[in-house]
Amino acid sequence: MRIIPFAISTVITAGLVFALNKPWGAIPPMGKFLSPQHGVWQNAEAADKNYSTSLKFDNLKGKAEVYFDERLVPHVFAEYDEDLYFIQGYLHAKFRLFQMDLQTKAAAGRASEIAGSKAIQYDRRQRRLGMVFAAENALHEIEKDPQAKALFSAYTNGINAYIASLKESELPVEYKLLNFKPEKWSNLRTALLLKMMANMLAGDTETDLANTNAKSVFAPDEFAALYPQVPDSLMPIVPKGTAFDKPGITPIKPVSADSVYFSAKQEVAMQNFVEEDAADGSNNWVVAGSKTKTGVPILCNDPHLELTLPSIWYEMQLKTPTSNVYGVSLPGSPFIIIGFNDSIAWGVTNSQRDVKDYYNIRFKDKSKQEYWFNEKWEKTRLEIDTIKVKGAGDVYDTIAYTVFGPVMYDESFADTLTKSKLNLAVRWTAHDPSNEGMAIYQLNHAKNYDDYALAIKGFNCPGQNFVFASKTGDIAIWQQGKFPARWNGQGLYIMPGSDSSYMWQGFIPQPENPHAKNPERGFLESANQRPADASYPYFIPGSYITARGITIENKLSAMNGITPEDMMQLQNNYFNTTAEDVLPILFKNVNEANLSKKEKEYLDIVKSWDLLATAESEGQTVYTFWWGSLRKIIWDHLTRDAGNLKNKIPAMGAQALLEILKRDSSFMYKGTTAQDSLSGNNPVTLALKEATQKIDEALAKAGGKGLAWKKFNKPGVYHLLDKSKKDLLPFDRPNLDVGGAGDIVNAISGSHGPSWRMIVQMSAQTEAYGLYPGGQSGNPGSKYYDNMIDYWVQGKYYKLWFMQDADRTSSNIKWTMSFSKK
Amino acid sequence: MKFLTATLLTLLLAFVSGLYLPWWGIAIVALLVAAIVHQKAGKAFLSGFLGLFLLWGGLAFWIDMKNDHILSQKIAAILPLGGNSILLILVTALVGGLVAGFAALSGSFLRASAK
Repeated sequence: MRIIPFAISTVITAGLVFALNKPWGAIPPMGKFLSPQHGVWQNAEAADKNYSTSLKFDNLKGKAEVYFDERLVPHVFAEYDEDLYFIQGYLHAKFRLFQMDLQTKAAAGRASEIAGSKAIQYDRRQRRLGMVFAAENALHEIEKDPQAKALFSAYTNGINAYIASLKESELPVEYKLLNFKPEKWSNLRTALLLKMMANMLAGDTETDLANTNAKSVFAPDEFAALYPQVPDSLMPIVPKGTAFDKPGITPIKPVSADSVYFSAKQEVAMQNFVEEDAADGSNNWVVAGSKTKTGVPILCNDPHLELTLPSIWYEMQLKTPTSNVYGVSLPGSPFIIIGFNDSIAWGVTNSQRDVKDYYNIRFKDKSKQEYWFNEKWEKTRLEIDTIKVKGAGDVYDTIAYTVFGPVMYDESFADTLTKSKLNLAVRWTAHDPSNEGMAIYQLNHAKNYDDYALAIKGFNCPGQNFVFASKTGDIAIWQQGKFPARWNGQGLYIMPGSDSSYMWQGFIPQPENPHAKNPERGFLESANQRPADASYPYFIPGSYITARGITIENKLSAMNGITPEDMMQLQNNYFNTTAEDVLPILFKNVNEANLSKKEKEYLDIVKSWDLLATAESEGQTVYTFWWGSLRKIIWDHLTRDAGNLKNKIPAMGAQALLEILKRDSSFMYKGTTAQDSLSGNNPVTLALKEATQKIDEALAKAGGKGLAWKKFNKPGVYHLLDKSKKDLLPFDRPNLDVGGAGDIVNAISGSHGPSWRMIVQMSAQTEAYGLYPGGQSGNPGSKYYDNMIDYWVQGKYYKLWFMQDADRTSSNIKWTMSFSKK
Repeated sequence: MKFLTATLLTLLLAFVSGLYLPWWGIAIVALLVAAIVHQKAGKAFLSGFLGLFLLWGGLAFWIDMKNDHILSQKIAAILPLGGNSILLILVTALVGGLVAGFAALSGSFLRASAK
């Protein structure tokens, strides 16, 4: 009788299979995961993998060839536009499916489906901000335009063709680790990805809530001095002295503004305001032929973003008989975002303009069905959202839409603690119908300045500085976007939402957006600074960054006979312009007699510093701590009476403080009272003492010797899933041997920095260089996952191969994918 | 001879099942092989275990070599196996071996009980 042993062993086998087929917490289903024919081993790409293949699809109109070079950059040669973008979608999905799927789900407030209940608040925030609402409005614009619809749909079909062909064993490793499956693509998801960029770039340029608190702490003149609109040292994007047209629209300040808006004190019980290092951004510049060695323009761009693996960028060339474009694309969107074609080159930096305002809404009752507007109760549109949560039940959220936009904050959303019970509706230009994708498409096909200027007109949000160069020798820059025409002070604080008088009265006419073409000085640059000086006739608040623009402008002014190599050096420049201004103030005021031996030692390091924020620089380290401590000491004094609002107001910017101190160094004592234990030191001396202590504490923790800046700046590139920067370390590249800082041209700061460096010389035969800190494959099991990081760290470049028809037999081609109609 | 036949048959058929069936196809294969090529329980287990230990271990080893150990080192650091590729290959082989071993045990008992 063997039935009992049979039963026992069968139960054990079934139990084993069951246990190995399901995830246990964060542990993936081990049987499925480890099976060499199904699981993670299938992602271990052979180092000599052959990417060549021949593919047939119903959707294609004609034939196309994809030539891969040695860095796995695809050069797509198609007969038709639709086929080109079908293939772009296919390649994005083939090499970057996970990031596209994850990012668009997160943009739509669906992160909880993957990450579980810890992402619920994040998802609610995305939904309450109206991300899906914004994407649906954009989708509507795409569908109205037959050409746009055809191109976006071709792209979507390409992604879905790949997803449909995907066997379980071929799923990217992240799906296997997290045990989920990719979702079909749609044009809405493309729209969501572009709104994600809008949110990333335009979302944090506003400090309305924190400013509202600051208004309760500071008198209007103090507020204006602490948060100045136009920095003294500003080198604007539009060269100084440029005359501006008389404004086409003059917004009128509401009569009640002085009493109910400017001077009304209102406490916003927001979470602590985290002071961002407002020095992250991007650089672009262009030099005219008059300043270059070869006599043709050179265009440069390095957008600074969160550096991730896989990278946000995917490099490619897109060619049809009528166009030929090279550059970087965003997986999840068709077209080339930054790059060049046969005739022109372009690049972007963020405008940093504030295009998002908040309005205080009074609901009739808790049902949120009606709100008070223009002397009567208006109906809201109520949207009930269902958030699916992995491993838990659904969560519901009710979002009320008003004439301004969705009510983002209310009692039920914990970002505003219930104490103030404010209902805040958000007005954001990203909600307005527009089709940024098609603006980029037209830019890809532009042949000259006029085409470029026309193409970018359709680009509304996020506002960008589009720098331009053409083979005919033109250089130009436009700050392009849809920007509200504000009366002076409008939108700095939360505005009353009880009537229409505080609404935006219109937009700055597009031709009045700051721009410049072929200036006499022979160069143009943008680095997130205020676009124009005080003579620009509009009120344009934003979170501008001044320092990098000064460095770039100083360097370019002094340069002549410029070569691409010079431009490489400038993109990798480490000069600290802010420190150059700060140090004289520190040296002048520090009381050396009061310093300990160690403090004196640190002072000497800064004194002998070459002002370069290199990886090994010790001066950059001491300076950063010293200046940081001084800023904090002064700020503590200034906000001594702010009480519980202290952490809920925007900290004063470094640039603003520096400029005040340059004018009058006694400002450092402002707000100091007898109670302050400066212990006989002035703030500068005290700051050095505090800095010394902080450095030594940090060193003790890090367990090392030496003050090398990289130890404190911690440059690194982390996998998208590794939000903690430690959970998925094997997929990361931490502790890179590189310098930089947010206010340095080479703006590497932690995991933030130049996400794509590009230099294009507009010679008869375009000469271009570039790279991004990552690799073309999103697969951690591929040697192309992070292969460009080392060159990026060293400040080296790859020569970009701008393939022409004649190159189809070149030995640079390593693999060929052929696409044709089924 | 039977032992070798059963082991190799399990290995071969498990490979074929991997091409068409989910990973747990190996359990079905091991059970069927053990039921058809009948051996005593202990030997049947060992055949099944060894068949899959060799198949999964061998495949993993081959893939890993071709991959220059890029992924195995990362996965072995996440799991956590100290970033040791060989350890990851052994764990892989062990998982496959155990499932197939117990399934083969069932197959052996099934044949015995059918008699």
